[in-house]
Amino acid sequence: MTTMRRRAVPYLLISPTVALIAVFLVYPIASVAYYSLQHRNLTRPWADGFAGLGNFRQMLFEDEVFWHSLGFTAKWVVAEIGLQLILGLALALIVNESFIGRGLARSLVFSPWAVSGVLTTGIWILLYTPSTGVLRFLGQPEAAVLGNPDTVFPAVVVTELWRGVPFFAILLLAGLQGIPGELYEAAAVDGAGRIRRFLHVTLPHLRDAIVLATLLRGVWEFNNVDLLFTLTGGGPAQVTTTLPLYVAQRAVDSKDFGYGSALTMAGFVILLFCSLLYLRLSRFGEER
Amino acid sequence: MSADVMIRPGTRAVPAGTRRRRRRDPGRVLRLYVPLGMYLVFTLVPFYWMLVFALRPAGSTDPVPWPITFEHFETVWNDIGYAVFFKNSVIVGVWSLLVTTVIAVMGGYALSRYRFRGRGLFMVVLLCTQFIPGAMMLIPLFSIFKSLGLINSLASLIVADTVFNLPLSIILMSGFVSAVPFTVEEAAMVDGCSRLRGFLAIVLPQLRPGLIAVGSFAFIHTWNNFLFALMFVSKQDSFTIPVGLSYTIGEYSADFGALAAGGVVAALPVVCVFAVVQRYLVHGISAGAVKG
Repeated sequence: MTTMRRRAVPYLLISPTVALIAVFLVYPIASVAYYSLQHRNLTRPWADGFAGLGNFRQMLFEDEVFWHSLGFTAKWVVAEIGLQLILGLALALIVNESFIGRGLARSLVFSPWAVSGVLTTGIWILLYTPSTGVLRFLGQPEAAVLGNPDTVFPAVVVTELWRGVPFFAILLLAGLQGIPGELYEAAAVDGAGRIRRFLHVTLPHLRDAIVLATLLRGVWEFNNVDLLFTLTGGGPAQVTTTLPLYVAQRAVDSKDFGYGSALTMAGFVILLFCSLLYLRLSRFGEER
Repeated sequence: MSADVMIRPGTRAVPAGTRRRRRRDPGRVLRLYVPLGMYLVFTLVPFYWMLVFALRPAGSTDPVPWPITFEHFETVWNDIGYAVFFKNSVIVGVWSLLVTTVIAVMGGYALSRYRFRGRGLFMVVLLCTQFIPGAMMLIPLFSIFKSLGLINSLASLIVADTVFNLPLSIILMSGFVSAVPFTVEEAAMVDGCSRLRGFLAIVLPQLRPGLIAVGSFAFIHTWNNFLFALMFVSKQDSFTIPVGLSYTIGEYSADFGALAAGGVVAALPVVCVFAVVQRYLVHGISAGAVKG
């Protein structure tokens, strides 16, 4: 009797989590699969009904925004992750050194991570506004960078870097702290300079942390809707619409749940495929 | 390297060799202080610019906010309704923090202290949830909350935010629990303590950094969540800060003073929380990554 009760303890402890995940994550995913085969629009309930693959046909063959959003999503994720990795690694290496005021420096450089996407938009609108922004001090012409299809991409990338680099740096800093100091000592005794110590001690030990950080942040940037939703609304002329942003617009603005669900399914498949491919290619967690 | 070494507050894993050569190294200025200074400028100028707009009188274009005025704060707090948004955000944030932390301690303890059938599967499910986009859950979650009658209720936000906070919180918390040696707990149980009393008396006090890291993580995420609040709440007296701010961005784009003051109201709580708990977060991620 008592051993049975004892065996039940871990299951009791995880039961709230399991229940919440089942009701609010697993069931919704199943219902998305179901809705994607339905016509379902809250604004036109009379037209609801079974759609078969109609939503998918519309998505693949008639919807130019869908295809364009895929291209922009790829461009967005690759640009953000590449730059965040370089800057985040540099930042992590800097604040891992010991110097006076390091705690304060860390708090300051990491602080944008705590800021929401909407607030980031608010702040950078103030910076980008032609007449009052800071760009006028840099000799920028009186042009709205966010309204111009040529300048909007670098503008949104820099904005997201401001908020995205800190968490990348936090993840990599945690990895750096796991590297035993004796390794650097041994490498220094062997005559390895700073660059060689970085290449042969730091990088190999950080490999799994880097793979995990890039993957997590990649998924996160793929899913990142708040910033683009409020900063550009996917514009001008939908050049900055990512797939999840497109889904959110379909859900929030046009309440077109059937078609939105079909887009969601496409997003799941793409994300899952890319993540597995990335883990396989990077040989994550393998013994070396 | 074990997590209990790293987790002790104040422990610094400094590469040997840097400490020895700390002084009188001109390369250090170029390598360390110049890039750090440049990055600080990139980080802080946007914050400063927001403060300038929030504190200077309307119509001023000075890069220094002088004379300081609080008229914009009065506008957003009283006229636009940030007092209500702020209260709603605090309610949702604190509830989600409490629920997330309690459930995460339970789940983290189970993962760390028990080897039970299904443990591996549970871990995999937790990790997989990290791939589920919040934006893509909007449609089905809306339907669920509608059938539960929770649309326009703050409870929908507390539930949704808690669910999305939980998986990472549990993984982090299990790292923190693993860092507390089991032997002490075991000794207490041998002395006749029940497992629960042993946990409350021995483990919980030592989990303080973990509770701080997980709780602040949950609070910041919930405070910042925009899409759920936008989708599930449409009555203005149930708006949270990010939704209110998004309308300020849309409607008051001519009134930058109000926008900036609203931004300061939105930023203050989370930036303060973050500044205090930042080091626990780094330790927590190390512990979670090492033991997870």
